Amino acid sequence: MTMDFNPLVLTFKLAAVTTLVLVVLGVPLAYWVAFTSSRWKYFVEPLISMPLVLPPTVLGFYILLLFSPRSFLGNFLETFFHIKVVFTFLGLLIGSVLFSLPFMVNPIKAGFQSFPKSLMEASYVLGKSKRETLFKVILPNMKPALWTGIVMAFAHTVGEFGVVLMIGGNIPGETRVASIAIFDNVEALRYADANAYSIVLISISFVMLFVLNFINRKDFKVIG
Amino acid sequence: MITLRVKKKLLSADGPIGLDVDVQLHGPEIVTLFGPSGAGKTSILRMVAGLMDPDEGYIEVNNDVWFDSKNGINKPVQDRQISFVFQDQNLFPHMTVEENLRYALGDKKDGHLIIDFLKMVDLAALKSQRPHMLSFGQRQRVALIRALLRKPKIFLLDEPLSSLDVPLRLKLQDDILALHRKFEVPTIFVTHDLSETFKLSQQILFLEQGKISKSGKPSDIFGDGLSGKFKFVGSILELVREGFLFIVTIQIGQNLTKVVATEDEIKGINIGDRVIVSAKAFNPIILKI
Repeated sequence: MTMDFNPLVLTFKLAAVTTLVLVVLGVPLAYWVAFTSSRWKYFVEPLISMPLVLPPTVLGFYILLLFSPRSFLGNFLETFFHIKVVFTFLGLLIGSVLFSLPFMVNPIKAGFQSFPKSLMEASYVLGKSKRETLFKVILPNMKPALWTGIVMAFAHTVGEFGVVLMIGGNIPGETRVASIAIFDNVEALRYADANAYSIVLISISFVMLFVLNFINRKDFKVIG
Repeated sequence: MITLRVKKKLLSADGPIGLDVDVQLHGPEIVTLFGPSGAGKTSILRMVAGLMDPDEGYIEVNNDVWFDSKNGINKPVQDRQISFVFQDQNLFPHMTVEENLRYALGDKKDGHLIIDFLKMVDLAALKSQRPHMLSFGQRQRVALIRALLRKPKIFLLDEPLSSLDVPLRLKLQDDILALHRKFEVPTIFVTHDLSETFKLSQQILFLEQGKISKSGKPSDIFGDGLSGKFKFVGSILELVREGFLFIVTIQIGQNLTKVVATEDEIKGINIGDRVIVSAKAFNPIILKI
């Protein structure tokens, strides 16, 4: 048996890029949801959490429709920017970002909401802007929530299957991530290959969650 | 000069109260906002700071309008150049003492100030410690100098000593007085501790149910015209009729005292009220214990 490492590399590349995009999007979004008094948040909050309850195929199906070359948006992107979304890595990335959004936003939102208001005010009365307070006071003091978001979003992307299958298909080197490779191998009765991928995923997932627990315990001690 | 004219509906533990205050403060003195819990003391301080918006009103500090509901002016807290010391949760836990002070100082070059200020409150040796390694009193002292590093136009203190035991409280009161003498910043100090009020402030605003019921020097307000030789503040625990007199049980500090009073004298006084006990005609007897 020769193991093809491509699906594993692709899985972790996808998870890493997804997590990076989610940090950039998720922190401001969580901040907004946690602190805004706008009524829009009552619409946005359930939208963020929808991927938790919907079958991944639903999300995948609509992304597929939205970006298919026959749709307006898909056609527009392809004609004017030569960007193909469906059955490409970019498509996987968009699907993964949407699908893992609650795993990043919800822990960080909870972190913001439980953050002592008096510490934020202590920064404001020193003349510091909201942005400076966010980066220099709030975020450094809620590392456990940040790490939880980062690790959960990463791990969840690694474990993704339905969305990836819908949008990405099974193109080796482009969209064939580990979870798809496992499914493919099982269908072809190549159990040894499926087993190898599975064991790698299990090991890495366990290590990530183990480290997450460890970080959280240590950080809480320092702050408390 | 500080003009403070604010109105706001507040929800207190005893139901809604209408905060309605109109005062002018002159000079760099320490003004105490004194009154029972829920009278609106902290709310006034937060409105001056810009942490809470009045429903309507006008706040002006040294000819600079900070809030004017008629003209839609509401300077954000960051632009008011105030200093605020909270009851607790003051220091940033992830920064050392020195980093906390540097954060307050911002980009200004005068970094040597940090050590000068730390020496002023005897904390230079602790500059590399995180706040959780410090005692509560030490943390409050760091918070005091961190607030003053900004060279504020007004210094606001919200019961900063209320969680301290008495000896430490006295020490920090001395620190506050010393710092105030040095920097001469107009200061509003919120407290419900009477001895603190006497020691620290030149002027008292007595706040009850959201309104200033009395203002003036501490001795004017709490003396009520008495020229007593000695006075204590206590609270009424019991009123018992004995013939045509009343035996009044009063708690003064940790001690219970019984005082005889006529019906006229206790008119309007109820159980739970704070009163002054003073002797005028006789010298008190002092016994060694």
